[in-house]
Amino acid sequence: MHLNYRLRLAAVTAAVVAFTTGAAFAQKKYDTGASDTEIKIGNIIPYSGPASAYGVIGKTEEAYFKKINAEGGINGRKITFISYDDAYSPPKAVEQVRKLVESDEVLVVFNPLGTPSNTAIQKYLNSKKIPQLFVATGATKWNDPKNFPWTIGWQPSYQAESRIYAKYLLKEKPDAKIGLIYQNDDFGKDYLKGLKDGLGPKAASMIVAEESYETSEPSIDGHIVKLKASGADVFYSITTPKFAAQAIKKVAELDWHPLQIVVNVSASVGGVIKPAGYENSQGILSAHYAKDGSDPQWDNDPGMKKFVEFLKQYYPDGNKIDGSVVYGYGAAQTLVKVLQMCGDDLTRANVMKQAASLKDFTTDTLLPGVTINTSATDFAPIEQLQMMRFKGEQWQLFGDIISGELPD
Amino acid sequence: MSAAEDLATHAPAVEAVPKRAMTLSTGTTIAILAVLVVVPAFAKNFIIFQLTMLLIYGLAVLALNILTGGSGQFSLGQSAFYAIGAYTSAILMEHYDLNYALTLPVAGVICFAAGFLFGQPALRLSGVYLALATFALATAMPQLLKLGFFEPWTGGVQGLVVTKPDAPFGLPIGQDAWLYYFTLAITVAIYVFSINLLRSRSGRAFMAIRDNEIAASAMGIDVSLYKTLAFGVSAGITGVAGGLGAIAVQFVAPDSYTIQLAISLFLGMVVGGVGWLPGSFIGSAFIIFVPNMAEGISKGLSGAVFGVLLFLVIFLMPHGARQIAIVGQQLIDRIKKS
Repeated sequence: MHLNYRLRLAAVTAAVVAFTTGAAFAQKKYDTGASDTEIKIGNIIPYSGPASAYGVIGKTEEAYFKKINAEGGINGRKITFISYDDAYSPPKAVEQVRKLVESDEVLVVFNPLGTPSNTAIQKYLNSKKIPQLFVATGATKWNDPKNFPWTIGWQPSYQAESRIYAKYLLKEKPDAKIGLIYQNDDFGKDYLKGLKDGLGPKAASMIVAEESYETSEPSIDGHIVKLKASGADVFYSITTPKFAAQAIKKVAELDWHPLQIVVNVSASVGGVIKPAGYENSQGILSAHYAKDGSDPQWDNDPGMKKFVEFLKQYYPDGNKIDGSVVYGYGAAQTLVKVLQMCGDDLTRANVMKQAASLKDFTTDTLLPGVTINTSATDFAPIEQLQMMRFKGEQWQLFGDIISGELPD
Repeated sequence: MSAAEDLATHAPAVEAVPKRAMTLSTGTTIAILAVLVVVPAFAKNFIIFQLTMLLIYGLAVLALNILTGGSGQFSLGQSAFYAIGAYTSAILMEHYDLNYALTLPVAGVICFAAGFLFGQPALRLSGVYLALATFALATAMPQLLKLGFFEPWTGGVQGLVVTKPDAPFGLPIGQDAWLYYFTLAITVAIYVFSINLLRSRSGRAFMAIRDNEIAASAMGIDVSLYKTLAFGVSAGITGVAGGLGAIAVQFVAPDSYTIQLAISLFLGMVVGGVGWLPGSFIGSAFIIFVPNMAEGISKGLSGAVFGVLLFLVIFLMPHGARQIAIVGQQLIDRIKKS
């Protein structure tokens, strides 16, 4: 029975080896796209086409991951960032995302940009159980963990921001007569809904005039004249940059002096205020959640110093006053945080779980006091903003950090 | 005769292609078809999806080829018909629970009607002027789709999400493979129909109009009827392609059907060879894969790289893929002779 004994010994040894290595593996769990040395992150963004100005977000993120890799990666793993151009076209977005998932085999799709593109890929990614992490759009529908547990937003939603203005008006100007103009699409309608929700029962009496415009209209001057005629003393401009500048100019031309609120999307000094004229823009209100690269008050801020240092070393082409660069940096930092929290359990389910367990996290670029909080039922990471007023040649923050979160 | 007319009659914008030269030989066709049938067994789902899109865009280019290569009329408005087809399918599937396969004929008929009607005013225009009129149609379409009036059906700017069909009868193949075969079957049917159309009396009428409108009408061809008919057929096929596109992409939104799409289709036709039907699919491959290649070469300059590649193609092969096919054919003939 010598042979038999040997066989048994071999079997036992094999079992022991299998067991121990099995135990070692149990600590490290991977899905497609992650390994001991690498984490593959996919991304789509318009590098070409009508929205190509946002392409710098992808470039900033790429540079940020280069920095992380240069500093040793995440728990020893290097990030491979694969970013494709979708030209802001939904069919192209589907094609590129499928390429990322099925051909490049990424672990997650991170920060895809644009409401139409994200809508196009949402069903596909959710059915494949692949995280659609921190989508770059302000639509409210991304916060829907019940129906889409694999999709999570990042920036404050348009509705949340609008509710903040409503809160401000209710407090500071409860007898306001609001005249508003909104862009007739999902962006405009989200803001409108947020304002109405925020004003609650007083919405009907406070909003005295509502105008909408199409992006195809060459000028919105006619609408502004109507709003002035309505006798409104608050002008809420839910517009994209080109129209926002037109509106500010026209209001000044008409010698109308309402309290003006411009949405965050169009709060850019370079893109809106300067073309509209500094003298016409004094006292305009808006809100923000991130630090403004052009604002000298952050020159000595440790977070912004790190940001500027990063640009110098890894992305010298990046313009620190470009809001998209600040955006990409913040989003990339959030992803890195989530991946660090994942530890050695780099499964898609765990990435989603960690993304939904961020507690009081803050990036270098968020305003002091603005924090990222998520939970299994809250897929809206940033929900706070601070009001700001335009004075001189820059925005000045004032008041407390306000949350636009819906009361449950 | 004015100078402009003189120019128009003496230098036709679209080269006369004899109908024999519009197709491939039977042997080649069967070989290509065999390859297309076998490929999914070896390819990843993503490749199958890309091939499906290739067939779908190929159909849309084919439709334009019938219009331009067949009847000599230009159109930069194909994206509009593609959009109508896509929305027809999507709305019927999502709001009326109609089977996806049944939505395609409806899309085709609606687009045929739309194309036929658009063909009426277009009769008065030709050449670049017609191209411009259709261009207007393409730019208007995304905005029309956003209109509040249609929103209950179209979903406005948000678009509509479409459910992807499973393979029927419990066939053991994935959704992608099934959709591929489904598309392939429709593509083959439409391709055969198109070739027969161009070989028929109507096809000859199209080509007579293309080559010389005055001579055609002197021969007793009802020029206005055949011109609008060409528009209708082209729009109908584009509509079917649009419907298939909606099912494959699982999403329709106004932003999907911009003028960019119309220009891509036009590009596909020129690259594939105007008037050469098999070239439609080569052109379709060009508009799908070359932008990706360009992006691979340089992300920041993808547009410029694409432009250079396009320029090279047009410069080296002004007649598109047809030229390669002809050269290949001549080579084979020479080898046979010697």
